[in-house]
Amino acid sequence: MTTVWPQLESQLARVQKPARYIGCEDGAIEPVHRPGSTSWLLVYPDTYEVGLPNQGLQILYEILNERPDAVAERSYAPWTDLEAIMRSEGLPLFSVESHRPAAEFDVIAFNLSAELVYTNVLNCLDLGGIPIHSAGRDDRHPVVVAGGHAAHNPEPLADFIDAFAIGDGEEAVTDLHEVVADWVRSGRSASRHSMLRELCTVPGIYVPSMYEPRYESGRFVGLTPKHAGVPERVERRVVADLAEWPYPRNQLVPLTEVVHDRLNIEVFRGCTRGCRFCQAGMITRPVRERPADQVRTMIDDGLRRTGYDEVALTSLSTADFSGIEDAVRQTVEGSAGCGQVSVSLPSLRVDAFTVGIAAQVQRARRTGLTFAPEAGTWRMRRIINKLIGEEDLYGAVESAFSQGWRRVKLYFLTGLPSETDEDTLGVAELARNCVEIGRRHTHKASVTASVGGFVPKPHTPFQWFGQNTVDELNRKIGLLKDTTRRMHGVQLKWHDARASAAEGLASRGDRRMGAVVEEVWRQGGTFQEWSEHFRLDRWTTAMARHGLSLDTEVYRHRAQSEALAWDHIDAGLHKDFLWDDWQDALAEVGRPDCRWTPCYDCGACTGVGIEHRVGSPVPPAGGSQGTGQDLSIGGEVPVTLTGARS
Amino acid sequence: MRIRLRFTKLGKVRWTSHRDAARLWERALRRAQVPLAYTEGFSPRPKVSFGLALPTGAESDAEYLDVNVRPERDVDLSTLPDRLTAGLPSGMACTAAVGLDPPVSSLQQVVTSCSWVLGARVPAAEAERRVSELLAADSVPFSRVRKGKETTDDLRPAVRELAVVGNHYTEGFVALRAELATQPRAVKPIELLAALWPSSGDDVAGWPLRRTHQWIGPSDAGVEPITLDAPEESYAPARAS
Repeated sequence: MTTVWPQLESQLARVQKPARYIGCEDGAIEPVHRPGSTSWLLVYPDTYEVGLPNQGLQILYEILNERPDAVAERSYAPWTDLEAIMRSEGLPLFSVESHRPAAEFDVIAFNLSAELVYTNVLNCLDLGGIPIHSAGRDDRHPVVVAGGHAAHNPEPLADFIDAFAIGDGEEAVTDLHEVVADWVRSGRSASRHSMLRELCTVPGIYVPSMYEPRYESGRFVGLTPKHAGVPERVERRVVADLAEWPYPRNQLVPLTEVVHDRLNIEVFRGCTRGCRFCQAGMITRPVRERPADQVRTMIDDGLRRTGYDEVALTSLSTADFSGIEDAVRQTVEGSAGCGQVSVSLPSLRVDAFTVGIAAQVQRARRTGLTFAPEAGTWRMRRIINKLIGEEDLYGAVESAFSQGWRRVKLYFLTGLPSETDEDTLGVAELARNCVEIGRRHTHKASVTASVGGFVPKPHTPFQWFGQNTVDELNRKIGLLKDTTRRMHGVQLKWHDARASAAEGLASRGDRRMGAVVEEVWRQGGTFQEWSEHFRLDRWTTAMARHGLSLDTEVYRHRAQSEALAWDHIDAGLHKDFLWDDWQDALAEVGRPDCRWTPCYDCGACTGVGIEHRVGSPVPPAGGSQGTGQDLSIGGEVPVTLTGARS
Repeated sequence: MRIRLRFTKLGKVRWTSHRDAARLWERALRRAQVPLAYTEGFSPRPKVSFGLALPTGAESDAEYLDVNVRPERDVDLSTLPDRLTAGLPSGMACTAAVGLDPPVSSLQQVVTSCSWVLGARVPAAEAERRVSELLAADSVPFSRVRKGKETTDDLRPAVRELAVVGNHYTEGFVALRAELATQPRAVKPIELLAALWPSSGDDVAGWPLRRTHQWIGPSDAGVEPITLDAPEESYAPARAS
């Protein structure tokens, strides 16, 4: 059997949004499975609408398919209606290109963008007829690998994944492929075990079955390599120059609507603003900008090829891109002869400069503008190192309302380290002040404050912090609800505190969490990112059964001396840098961006001999975020300029 | 100026919705660099209007849309279908383009009936019997939900033609040809199948549907929104995959 399309098609009239399962995207390849080629199934373990736009998966899809000895197809988690039919009809998980059963691929590769998808990983394996445990697979079964941000603490999935790729995937995927392809070509003459041993020698590849976890009095104390040649620590991979990777070249254009349904161009990777809660900003250092002329070419070619009328310039803080003003102006004015084009800038910095750029891109549709001050008081923002002064925020909001926007959305976190009720209530106060500013310009001014429960993440200065309990988060949300109820023009939105608890245990759990993930899946707990399918009691019941609790795994502050479940994963950051930054946080000391100021020796650059690669040696206008920090020394700090590559 | 386009929707792409097809068309029009006219105001949209919605899962040889283009720019209608097809997914092809000058009424207003080839998972003799019974009946009441309320309507007046025409190209199905009125009240092909075989229940939802023509006036007059020059194919041409 090489395709299940006829069986699948006969069921499609019975499911919601059948177009999710047909493939046929512009940019998709027509797979040719030749003898001797190694086949990959790239799986995004959430719905098609969420997974299709994922840039990481699309980049690997192209890199693999450019190789003559590889073929890569894609798969997404089928929604629950189709899953029920697949189970009753005996239909396996399939690729969307040729509708080939998952078990017929040589490699199954999961993208782990978030932790709550872990149960879906098990479900996808099981639907594919592949044993969910790494230990249960033999030479007949696909090699199961995973990568993505969440893989920086691989332990909760260690029992299920044969090998993790840590860090940037562009180069790691080729190295990984070569080891597996040799094994496949040899007719799998060597054992699966020896192939996995070999994978251990590839930089950035972590093979959990080659390590033995140690526990003392119910606490994880470390991992020991089981064999000679298995490294004690696995160093993440990092691509030095984004200019060498202008991927995806052929971004997939789906036939049905998906999230971020537009042309997405990554303008830089990494961020050194140094927000202490932000895992992405820590593990993707240093800053590597794409040269402005390459951005321009990718936008023009992409618009012409796809027919999209919207471009997103993506990064962790797009206003920091050296070429931002030119890129925006040229796109809006130039446009590749494809009609009106709008530009969207996710993750806007909070200052008037940024609003000026937003005004350029949204000439017509000025409905809402979103900022992320993250915390309600200056004290709290120094603790999290999101150094936005009140004047900055009010300046940005004033600027937005005066230029015709009528709605401003503000993102906040609650449950941050040492947060007092005064800090929590600062959220309401900020929102109210913003409405007042807006009223001077329009009586329709409204401000939405969206509040999420803070989840401490591995490889951040807050990795030692004990997460707030569900009750405490709910109490804080309750305070804000009470306070904003009578604030005219202020809407409060909040994230389910129970989902934050589950995310917390999947984020910082050690290897024992695997049994919990498995049990939640066995109890039917798939699609945990979807509120209609999420139930915290499934998680707490499973934890209790395995002798674990939210108190010890999630809510407890960790000590400096304590072994962390991800200590063997080297994300480029020195542990003492993170600890010092944690102590600075508690002392309410902020640290300016290191891109244009001297180095803090976090380890990200020095360890691998690379540097920030930016288009300009001086910060962009407004780049200090109004904190008054002196960035005029920009140009004296050695950076590699993207325009001056050797 | 307004341009009317005719297109097909065959094979896997039939699983896209009417709304999906509209988005596919907007991108294809931009890729072909058609100088679209945009609406005025707060949130400009290209002026594109689609004809009668095709049910998700149904195939078609005869879909239409009208697009408004900026008057100052010339559009080469002879090359337009091929340029548009190049930007559409496999299974969707633009088969004709004509200028509408002066503008005419909208597709929804002018189309009076559609011809379909339908598949029924029943024995051929059973199909013949039920078709004869339905055609002989003075009225065929059926219930449907309109504006949130279940109402009973008569299906019979909308059935202009109905015949068993052999085996369907989908294995295990008998092929029917049907012409169903779209005015004053449209009857959907699935409503016809459900009325013919009420005992088949939800299974009917998975039976193959294919729109072959949209008619303006009586079908024997042969007037379509755009009539193709090529000779008409038989009811079951080779299936696009």
